[in-house]
Amino acid sequence: MTQSPILEIRGLSKAFGPVKALNDVRFELRRGEIHALCGENGAGKSTLMNMIAGVLQPDEGDILIDGERVSIHSPAAAQRLGIALVHQEIALCQDATVAENIYMAAINSRRAPLMNFQKLYADAQKVMDLLAPIPVRTRVADLSISNQQLVEIAKALTLDCKVLMLDEPTAALTESEAQRLFSIVRGLRERGISVVYISHRMAEIFSLCDRVTVFRDGRYVATDAIAAVSPDDVVRKMVGREITQLYPDKLAPQEPGRLLLSVEGLSDGRRFADVDLQLRAGEILGIGGLIGAGRSEIAQTVCGLRPMISGTVALDGKQLRLRSYGDAVKAGLVYLSEDRKGSGVFLDLPIAANISALDLGRLTGRLGLLDRKAEDRQARELTGRLGVRMAGIEATVSTLSGGNQQKVAIAKQLSVSPKVIIMDEPTRGIDVGAKVEIHRLLRQLAGSGVGVIIISSELPELIGLCDRVLVVREGRIAGELAASELGEEAIIMLASGVQDSSIQRQAQNVA
Amino acid sequence: MHAEIKSAGRRINFAHLASMREAGLIVIILALCIAMSFASPHFLTWGNFRAMLMSFSIEGIVVVGMTVLLIVGGIDLSVGSVVCFSMVVSGALFLAGLDPWTASLIGIGVSALIGAAMGFFVTVIGLNHFITSLAAMVIVRGMCLVVTKGTPLSLFTLPPAFKAIGQGSFNNIPYVILIFIVVVAIFDFLLRRATAFRKVFYTGSNEKAAQFSGIRTNQVKFWVTVLCSTLAGVAGVIYMARFGAATPTFGAGMELNIIAAAVIGGASLNGGSGTIFGAILGMALLSVVTSSLILLDVSVYWQDMIKGCILLAAVSIDHFLHRKKS
Repeated sequence: MTQSPILEIRGLSKAFGPVKALNDVRFELRRGEIHALCGENGAGKSTLMNMIAGVLQPDEGDILIDGERVSIHSPAAAQRLGIALVHQEIALCQDATVAENIYMAAINSRRAPLMNFQKLYADAQKVMDLLAPIPVRTRVADLSISNQQLVEIAKALTLDCKVLMLDEPTAALTESEAQRLFSIVRGLRERGISVVYISHRMAEIFSLCDRVTVFRDGRYVATDAIAAVSPDDVVRKMVGREITQLYPDKLAPQEPGRLLLSVEGLSDGRRFADVDLQLRAGEILGIGGLIGAGRSEIAQTVCGLRPMISGTVALDGKQLRLRSYGDAVKAGLVYLSEDRKGSGVFLDLPIAANISALDLGRLTGRLGLLDRKAEDRQARELTGRLGVRMAGIEATVSTLSGGNQQKVAIAKQLSVSPKVIIMDEPTRGIDVGAKVEIHRLLRQLAGSGVGVIIISSELPELIGLCDRVLVVREGRIAGELAASELGEEAIIMLASGVQDSSIQRQAQNVA
Repeated sequence: MHAEIKSAGRRINFAHLASMREAGLIVIILALCIAMSFASPHFLTWGNFRAMLMSFSIEGIVVVGMTVLLIVGGIDLSVGSVVCFSMVVSGALFLAGLDPWTASLIGIGVSALIGAAMGFFVTVIGLNHFITSLAAMVIVRGMCLVVTKGTPLSLFTLPPAFKAIGQGSFNNIPYVILIFIVVVAIFDFLLRRATAFRKVFYTGSNEKAAQFSGIRTNQVKFWVTVLCSTLAGVAGVIYMARFGAATPTFGAGMELNIIAAAVIGGASLNGGSGTIFGAILGMALLSVVTSSLILLDVSVYWQDMIKGCILLAAVSIDHFLHRKKS
């Protein structure tokens, strides 16, 4: 084909401090195609999108639109060039209405001194109805996460764009919402709009996209027509090795040890009910399910971070009475939050102080004074064991890369020598190398008799790492999958609860 | 050997940025002092230094509490009113026949209760520190006027032993300055070393993460609020001993000076950072500037303007340095 590309990237590089997020990458988007961009977390996909959208500036390289070199110095400039980006993270004004959010850019550039709310609402409702019947006079804060994601997409649709970039748009959507989104994206293609589609879900990519480009560790790997490759090929290119090598060996099936953690009939009266869960020594238990299914809430309730209305939690055969998270920590049950920067680490405090936060008692001498030497010793030992790459234990956590920040957060959990450690999305947003190290570490921990529970939205992680997976759907355990039954299709089916033929078809594509 | 060097280096590193800030402040203060010693023969005299120290010693006790509160992410606009209330309550009780020591303890206790009330509104009701303490500032000022019926209490009958707290001296060093140094030394040490105060940093740096580390952040915030008001109460009692009077309008506007000093000294209004030593240096800088302006015969009307500009400059420089770092 001799179509001239609408968007072309040549030799683009971007570094954040010493970390090269993108290294001499290229990318080509043809007019009217849906082009998938794949890569592990940290491969540089989002960085590239942010540069095309004017959020970040490249260190080197060119961006060409319609064959002309352009410099995109701000998001407004990107909009003028007809480029729209739907971020992975929701960036809406929580206190404004859906309509005001959808037309934020238009309101910003209008000359009229007064708002015409009637027209605003009517127009916004028209756009919104394409996706879902969300009333546009609602405050965004009152919407569920998946509906907020749909508002983000609606917002991009109103921009008169030539290039639409979607960064993991379905991460928070239900299956039927995702299907509706796909048909809209196909409609956009018919209208000649070019779409860059970032996703981890192979099924989506293979049913929706025309071509696929793979990045790995900030470098360009390959671009192929979808028809010419299989999902396995793409995954192999993403990880650069066989996926089986990416994860440590699993437990031999007959091995599981004594019962470590036993949860029975747990309910919080709001988000989930009747949760039963058993964890045995030596195994890694995965918890899968869609975002918003109640996985984090269950884990937090087990650890006493949220109140329960009924149910029991027993650790090592002993019934726990948890009034606060502090009680759980003392008993040997710790929880690592999914929101690393928001609630996992103290960015502005030194690494050593971060690690000791969970149990200051063990570092406190007589008179209530902190034993600094013991704190240093603990920090040195744990950072050494986890291989944290840092300037020193006195450096603030904000100076570390995402993967190393996560290792510090894990070091904090390990500082109390826990019996059971529950990790919520332990490898979200960190590079492949650190991810492999963390997986090995978790397997080591499990091997040494610590109970490990992983909550993850990444199917390959659940499948590759865990010995057993529980799937949560709408606040209930939808099913359990033993090692031999683990597969993307099985998890998706339990998570969505829909035996929809289209899913099965997609699942077969994956398999 | 190596380990020793490292651990020595660590102590300096611990609050690396803060120590840079403190060193910078010391340089500025020294430079100002040297410049002033040429400009005015009265500047480099013990008398002038004593006057400067006296002028910020009592406020310095309040700065200590404010700094800890800023570190936890709070702020207290009511300290000026609380200083005054502690003073008039103690004074009124003394005039009513109570001995001055008991009266002072009650004054300090009442200040702590005001802090507890604010702490209640912040942690249980869920208001923020700014609004809560703004309301408290007005309410407590009103209480001062009610207690005194609007007229200053004359307390010249206070026994000499009590007045000595504010007026006496030891080896030519006023007790006020000694008390100030002791309070600052104790709290500076505690803030760096005590486990309880480490929780203040955790809470201020990232409250959510602190909760996810099992720290009861509401308790921390409550007690720090009480501490700040209590220290304001202590300052009020010392002021009473110093002046031998209790004026219901005393301390109006004091909170701004105190917050400015803490912020110049490196405390962040976003919480999570700050040192007592830095805050005292901030106070010292403001005091040296005031003293210089007086000695240079600059009109009083200009002084506030210049102090405000210094605050703005200090915070801007800090903001710039932080941004550059990240």
